[in-house]
Amino acid sequence: MTILLSVQGVTKRFGGLQALTRVTFDLPQGQILGLIGPNGAGKTTLFNTINGVYVPDEGRTMFRGKDVTGKKSYELSRMGMARTHQIVRPLNDLTVLENVMAGACFGRENHPLDAAEKIAKEVLSFVGLNARSSQLAGSLNVAQKKRLEMARALAAKPYLLLLDEVLAGLNPSEIDGMVQTVLNIREQGITIIMIEHVMKAVMNVSDRIIVLDYGHQIAEGSPEEVVNNPKVVEAYLGDTRMVKHLVREA
Amino acid sequence: MKTRFDLGFWLVLVAIAVIAFPPILGQNAALREKTFTILLAIVMASSLNIIMGYTGYVSFGHVVFYGLGGYMGMYLVDNFAAPLPLAVLAGGIISGALAFLLGKAILRLRGAYFALVTIGINEAVRTFVSNFQPFGAATGIELQFAVYKPYGGPAQALWFVYYSVVGLAIFGVVFSYWLKKSKFGLALMTIREDEDAAEVLGIFTPDAKTWAFVFSAILPGMLGALFFFKNGNVEPSDAFRLGFSIESLVMIMLGGQGTVLGPILGALSYQQLRGALLTSDIVIGAFPLKDFQLVISGVLLLLIVLFIPSGFVGWLRQRIPQLRRVLE
Repeated sequence: MTILLSVQGVTKRFGGLQALTRVTFDLPQGQILGLIGPNGAGKTTLFNTINGVYVPDEGRTMFRGKDVTGKKSYELSRMGMARTHQIVRPLNDLTVLENVMAGACFGRENHPLDAAEKIAKEVLSFVGLNARSSQLAGSLNVAQKKRLEMARALAAKPYLLLLDEVLAGLNPSEIDGMVQTVLNIREQGITIIMIEHVMKAVMNVSDRIIVLDYGHQIAEGSPEEVVNNPKVVEAYLGDTRMVKHLVREA
Repeated sequence: MKTRFDLGFWLVLVAIAVIAFPPILGQNAALREKTFTILLAIVMASSLNIIMGYTGYVSFGHVVFYGLGGYMGMYLVDNFAAPLPLAVLAGGIISGALAFLLGKAILRLRGAYFALVTIGINEAVRTFVSNFQPFGAATGIELQFAVYKPYGGPAQALWFVYYSVVGLAIFGVVFSYWLKKSKFGLALMTIREDEDAAEVLGIFTPDAKTWAFVFSAILPGMLGALFFFKNGNVEPSDAFRLGFSIESLVMIMLGGQGTVLGPILGALSYQQLRGALLTSDIVIGAFPLKDFQLVISGVLLLLIVLFIPSGFVGWLRQRIPQLRRVLE
């Protein structure tokens, strides 16, 4: 089992705020890692640190055996890392096809336009957006924009895909469709880290889960281990004894 | 995207031909002078469009490249009797080089900050040139009549300059079209739409922006050398006239930023309007209004930004999606 990504003691501070404290984990190739935690736990900050938007204050990240700490996000993209954003960032004045072509053109494989167009069409039919390819990206609805983000990231043919809340804001049937898409992506051999608040989905899909709370890694393990961990329950619900007490009183 | 040079391309070329050929066919000197200013504006607007329309960075002081190129060309012609093509090339090179040096430093700034700094740079370069002895300091450079001899005298030289500007205009719009359809063009438009997303997608944004700035600076530099050669003299206040920068912005906004056809139509209509205003006698009380076209361009800019921010061509593209493939 080769380790694709290794995060070693990564710490990030914003002024006085300790956003991440010595986060450490190894991600084997082909796995889906779920990243959960209450709001403000540092999940997106961890993504931003992994993919080069922020430079960690301490610690380092290794990607495919190379130390990539402090590399810019465009360098990491060329090395095979792609991501989606929690708040979608479509290129509004370009067509859906052009959006996805941008992913294929500048990602790991760095294709010329013609080849990028071919890949973009394939990826668009994979995520179910091919009917909209000549539409402007700005005219899509939220669920479609989420798929577009995903298509753009996939078109780069990444080794590692970071998915930041791709299920948020979707209705139950859209969630089922998206979960299936995530599983299909794994089938292609792409390793995934996903931040998610929709617990049922993330528990079903993930091979392993890491829980963050106030920037600390409070639990790690299989979905079953994590849900039964008292620390996790506490992070989500507050003091467990207090909760039990309140439940009794109620 | 498959066919690179399709209908939209020919449309752009035909537009330039229709504008540029009448004076040549009729050998009409008066019409030539009028058309010269239109072509000048087209080249300026199309070039500025690369950084402003494609990349989304408003270069307010873009005239700095025109002025510097003009000075460089005049310096070579005056001191070394350089042939015009060489002077024009040198004008392009020095402007491109300045853009390259500035690019990495100031393109880190976004939005209004970038726009402000470009104005500052224009002022700085103007002040420098005003004190720079080889460029004639405050009095500038004046050409001897003899420099026009190799072109068959001043009258023929004017035709030579005109053919050159037609060449620049054709090259400018073809380049602008090709750039928009290229992979590099896609990178620029991705930066325009969302620079942070562009970085995550793997676009080396500092390099891409710098080259966009260089590409948008070269033709104005060549244009400056051509114009001031024709003009016969160059002074700091003419070369680095901020009003020209703003007029170019208005032309792009009028026609449609980010399109190839937009700057052409914008430059054409703005120059027609300007010509009409310059020759009409607008007086307030007993005083004729000087530079009235600048007043109009200010109002025009306001109206465009308020009502049709995407310009004429952009508006058409939005209204009639079928035109999207034709009007690039």
